[in-house]
Amino acid sequence: MTFINGLKCRECGREYTKRAIAGCQECFAPLEADYDYDAISRVLSREVISARPKNLWRYRELLPLEREPAVGIASGGTPLIRAERLGRVLGIRDLYIKNDSVNSPTLSFKDRVTAIAINKALEFGLSAVGCASTGNLANSVAAGAASAGLPAYILIPDNLEPNKIIATSIYGARVITVRGNYDDVNRLCADLAEGYPWGFVNVNLRPFYGEGSKTFGYEIAEQLGWRAPTAIVVPMAGGSLITKIHKGLKELERLGLLEEAVRTRLFGAQAEGCNPITSAVRRGSTEIKPVKPATIAKSLAIGNPADGYHAARLIAQTQGWADDASDEEIVAGIRLLAETEGIFAETAGGVTIAVTKKLIEQGRINADDLTVIAITGNGLKTPEAAGLSEPICIEPNIAQFDRVVSGLAATV
Amino acid sequence: MSIKLTIPTALRKITGGADVVEAEPGTVREIIASLDQSYPGFRTRICEDEDKPRRFINIYVDGEDIRFLDNLSTRVRDGAELAVVLAIAGG
Repeated sequence: MTFINGLKCRECGREYTKRAIAGCQECFAPLEADYDYDAISRVLSREVISARPKNLWRYRELLPLEREPAVGIASGGTPLIRAERLGRVLGIRDLYIKNDSVNSPTLSFKDRVTAIAINKALEFGLSAVGCASTGNLANSVAAGAASAGLPAYILIPDNLEPNKIIATSIYGARVITVRGNYDDVNRLCADLAEGYPWGFVNVNLRPFYGEGSKTFGYEIAEQLGWRAPTAIVVPMAGGSLITKIHKGLKELERLGLLEEAVRTRLFGAQAEGCNPITSAVRRGSTEIKPVKPATIAKSLAIGNPADGYHAARLIAQTQGWADDASDEEIVAGIRLLAETEGIFAETAGGVTIAVTKKLIEQGRINADDLTVIAITGNGLKTPEAAGLSEPICIEPNIAQFDRVVSGLAATV
Repeated sequence: MSIKLTIPTALRKITGGADVVEAEPGTVREIIASLDQSYPGFRTRICEDEDKPRRFINIYVDGEDIRFLDNLSTRVRDGAELAVVLAIAGG
């Protein structure tokens, strides 16, 4: 059963029927899935949700599918971890990590949006799927397409890390590297989506695809006992995730499912070498000036973020803030999370940890703010970024081992 | 007529279905104004009132976003290619 009336323009309000479409044909703004919340509130309750399996379809009435999902069944339902050790280091009493580095099947939050997009492609009878990607989406779409029996055309910039390419090609997708940065790839896909009868998940399926990110927010609220966090720190590439997390929390509030009204402050995190959204926030503006990315955080290297304006606006409206991290700070962030909580995040995770540290130091997040850090991808995707040196090598004898251990103990 | 401007599907109603139109060299602003003469309504589809492109439209000169150049005052030379692209996507 579906509760989506149609698609609606976020800016001018013009309505569209449910179909594969990139944006408003009038003002070109992004389109949003438009739900019948009254009808949803009659069927959805905490009890109904709690009885369902722990995956993102738990919230299916708030997702834009017409039929039962055929693929992506196991996506979502990732852990929310109480991070006591990291909290002690950073100086926050109630710190949580929402850990999508273990999401299924491809170890990033993108499995949430891909699950929606591929099911919609099947519903619309499209003959193939495609995407522009900085890595995580490529992995996810390739895997999802394979499990759906659809061909996939994956376009990536020519400087992506090797693991990301292997972890996309292995599923049999047609992977095409493009000479240029992500923004060049994105522009090409916008043109291709006009000519090819395919579902480009983040172009002409974008209004549906984006809805999957709301489940990141739904799960956090449910896992916190049906309450929204006081603060949440989210990495920003295109800027969609942070806006959808907020949309998800507000939907739960609207349906009467939360203990209290949503007063969550949104905090955005980017790399210093690609910070168009954080720059706008710090200028007190919602006007995004595009940049040319230069950062090890390639997953966030989008110089012209499509949802940047909305992200900046929402951050200001919720009394949040945004900051960015240097390459050194990103690496330190990856290591800090791994060493305190046993979670190995990719570069976007390092960015988010580093920025959380800054926000606390700046007094923008307080010691008693219940805070969630969004970890969106697994560190095995960007292992070279960790900058680790080779381990010590010994002969197989006890004496050498003893010497090494006392030497290691001396450095702890 | 010596610069080419590619038009996205959403704007082809205004250009009578044409996906590529031609214009004389000049600034981007001048080119848009001259195309508005041939295709009435063209300018307001692309630009906001304050003489800047609409928020969700990107304009490229030879593959470079005009915001890295001189915005609407960017000079477009003979033989260059302009493209109007909807600002979609990210991921």
